[in-house]
Amino acid sequence: MSDASRTTAVSRAPAEGKAGRLETGWRAALLTCVAAALLVLPPAAEALDEAFLIGLFTRIFIFALAAVSLDLILGFGGMVSFGHSAYFGAGAYVVGILSFHAAGGEAPAWPFSLPWMESAVAAWPLAVAAAALLALLVGAVSLRTSGMYFIMITLAFAQMLYYFFVSLEVYGGDDGLSIAGKNNLPGLDLENEASFYYLCLLILVVFLLIGRRLVHSRFGMVLQGCKENEQRMLALGFPVYRYKLAAFVMAGAVAGLAGALMANYMGFVSPGLMHWTVSGEIMVMVILGGMGTLAGPVIGAFVLLLLEEILSAYMEHWMIVLGPVMVLVVLFARRGIWGWFQRGDPDG
Amino acid sequence: MSILLVLEQVLNGLQFGVMLFLMAAGLTLVFGIMGMINLAHGSLYMVGAYICATVYQLTGSFWLALAATLCASALVGIAVERIALRTLYSRDHLDQVLATFGLILFFNELTKIIWGPRALFLDVPAALSGSVQIIPGVDYPLYRLAIIAVGGLVAFSLYWLIVRTRMGMMIRASASNREIIGALGVNVPLLYTLVFGLGAMLAGLAGAMAGPVWSVEVGMGENILILTFVVIVIGGIGSVRGALLGSCLVGFIDTMGRAFLPASLGLFLDPATANGVGASLASMSIYIFMAAILVWKPSGLLPVHARP
Amino acid sequence: MAEALLTARRLTKAYGALKATDSLSLDVIHGEIHAVIGPNGAGKTTAIKQLSGEVASDQGTIHLGGRDITRQPMHERARLGLARSFQITSVFGGFTAEDNVAMAVQAHDGHSFRFWRRARSEAALREPARRTLEQVGLGGRGGVIARNLAHGEQRQLEIAMALATDPSLLLLDEPMAGMGPDEANRMVALLGGLKGRVAILLVEHDMDAVFALADRVTVLVSGREVATGSPDAIRADPVVRQAYLGEDA
Repeated sequence: MSDASRTTAVSRAPAEGKAGRLETGWRAALLTCVAAALLVLPPAAEALDEAFLIGLFTRIFIFALAAVSLDLILGFGGMVSFGHSAYFGAGAYVVGILSFHAAGGEAPAWPFSLPWMESAVAAWPLAVAAAALLALLVGAVSLRTSGMYFIMITLAFAQMLYYFFVSLEVYGGDDGLSIAGKNNLPGLDLENEASFYYLCLLILVVFLLIGRRLVHSRFGMVLQGCKENEQRMLALGFPVYRYKLAAFVMAGAVAGLAGALMANYMGFVSPGLMHWTVSGEIMVMVILGGMGTLAGPVIGAFVLLLLEEILSAYMEHWMIVLGPVMVLVVLFARRGIWGWFQRGDPDG
Repeated sequence: MSILLVLEQVLNGLQFGVMLFLMAAGLTLVFGIMGMINLAHGSLYMVGAYICATVYQLTGSFWLALAATLCASALVGIAVERIALRTLYSRDHLDQVLATFGLILFFNELTKIIWGPRALFLDVPAALSGSVQIIPGVDYPLYRLAIIAVGGLVAFSLYWLIVRTRMGMMIRASASNREIIGALGVNVPLLYTLVFGLGAMLAGLAGAMAGPVWSVEVGMGENILILTFVVIVIGGIGSVRGALLGSCLVGFIDTMGRAFLPASLGLFLDPATANGVGASLASMSIYIFMAAILVWKPSGLLPVHARP
Repeated sequence: MAEALLTARRLTKAYGALKATDSLSLDVIHGEIHAVIGPNGAGKTTAIKQLSGEVASDQGTIHLGGRDITRQPMHERARLGLARSFQITSVFGGFTAEDNVAMAVQAHDGHSFRFWRRARSEAALREPARRTLEQVGLGGRGGVIARNLAHGEQRQLEIAMALATDPSLLLLDEPMAGMGPDEANRMVALLGGLKGRVAILLVEHDMDAVFALADRVTVLVSGREVATGSPDAIRADPVVRQAYLGEDA
């Protein structure tokens, strides 16, 4: 039943996380190359007169952040949340609304407009907090269920928020709000494309490092246990609901941060950010890259957005290609791109 | 006056509920029997609407268009089931969600290629145009009454199918216990295909009837799909009775909220604010209702009785 | 019975018209191995589910160590000292055997809102896990991914996970199910070695194992208790012979 050579190999080296199976030297070399390439990208792009690449990669970093946050609950915790765009959009709207008031937008029920509202130091934590609170409310209800119910409910709540902002005429309704300028961050000029690029990259890297600690901590083990076998976790005495809700809120909070960055990147916010297809796209990034790993969603965001960029340059109806590609990925490449890099994985 | 207005809104709610029921009845069976979450059900609704619109414009006969829609949507449904969905039954829900999400993108784009990005508008068929006086002083569009009648007919037929026929017995058995159905010596793949085709046909019917009420456009399927999910969550997965109850509740609450919330808030707030807040709250009302139901009954109002 | 560890009274659970358990009463005394036997469909697994909290009872009460746990959810009961194994092996298939047991140690330890330290390098989790694996005879197998373990080893792993939560009562649902004779003998030896240290409620079809291990036996038929007594008394009971053993032999 069990493959003898494999089991001995595994028992000699106590199992690490799945990413740990790639040979270390090879991985370090790859990582160094990628890091170097990303660091020199802005000056190189400007030198080559391809400055749009800076924007494209900034967008990739932002979506990667959102995708990693989703993977925390989807890939590690086994919670198939189909409403991640809600937290993403909520974070974006906090930035948009604050900037709208700071600019003295005519809002009837808001008595103050203060300069701090345009400061990233204030606006971004508020965006994170708002997204976390939203995730707490949605999670508290939807985590009472599981399976298909959970998928449908998370989707429905995200759609509720979408319709809420569509009908909220004060903040632009369907058209959304445009933002006068990027948030202020002391010591860094975010209006500079390259600075904003490096900031987004830094935030992504920091979160990946934190995520690495998190998934191997006691909390992370509980989360992975819930994915493996929730019934078992309950039988062992874990109050599973509490841990899942905590993870759900964390994921929502990070998605909120990604949303705040997105609002700055785009210069406007609209209900479109919360549309259910955005949730679907983020989820595709996670699966495409390889769920249950930290590198996977980043790769997935990179590949999907690049694919979109390229396909849309050559054909108008590129979605007709992307749709079936997704079906095929699901059917035949379940472990995602990062999975191909990993050898000797027992569930291959 | 206001009583009459309420009556009109009750009928509107019922009509909306009927549309939701046509979607939910098929989908809840697919969920319950195949254990399959299918996002592409909305695409069948959209396909139905487009086919009906096209045939109607070509032939000028709504009835011919309706017949064509029923056949075509059932066929498309069966084809999709045979080609793509069949392999997904044994997969986990995540795979099903992603694959059917891919199907939606495909169908939406295909529709754009065939029919173009602009919305189509349909006229109400001549035989059903105009209004009737339902009680003295209240006129109501005949077409909407016809929708309600069709919904009643479908509900009754489904009841008959599920309670009185052999196929219905199999459907009931497999909705409450998926393992039992193989043991009964039933041709399971055929049953699945038939159930899926039936669901597709009902979705197509809903799409066809929606044409003259709302516009026919790409993306119409997803809007109603998510409302259908709300219906199924409220009613309980796999339960047609639950789908009926959920549809009516969602139809009523949504319609009533939109009709009366802004005005009721106007009693406390100034009119502009009341309108804005009222519209926002109304758009959230059914989701809040769903949350309330979930806190009270996490598996819906009329869950299918299932053995562990 | 004053010294009873677990007291279940008049437990009933109906699925539609079918009563899986019907006014079932049961005591487990400190340190004893108490076997529950009965023909298929007698309600044994349902009883385990009701006791562990997986299934809510329609009627009846359950006390553990004098404390009413009838309304406690499964994870609370586990924290109060009820550990269980499942009829169909239930382990964390993608984890190593040692990870599996370490998870149980962590559950007992009670501190899982810790986000920074590597759980796999915590001696407080790994040491007890290794000791427990030794104890159930899986000493050298800690690094093996659980789903690659042989069936019998997975059953042993389940026992290790249950023991690692330091329970007062083990609920074991057919621990010998699907085992070959060698594996079954090892399991009997393992459970026999636990006698006196932890109480065990054992649902089992393997009559040799039951009569070798049990201090007391309860016979269930159609969700009802028909007899409880020492293995010898049960063997001799004419009602039992007619209702159950006769059919089975």
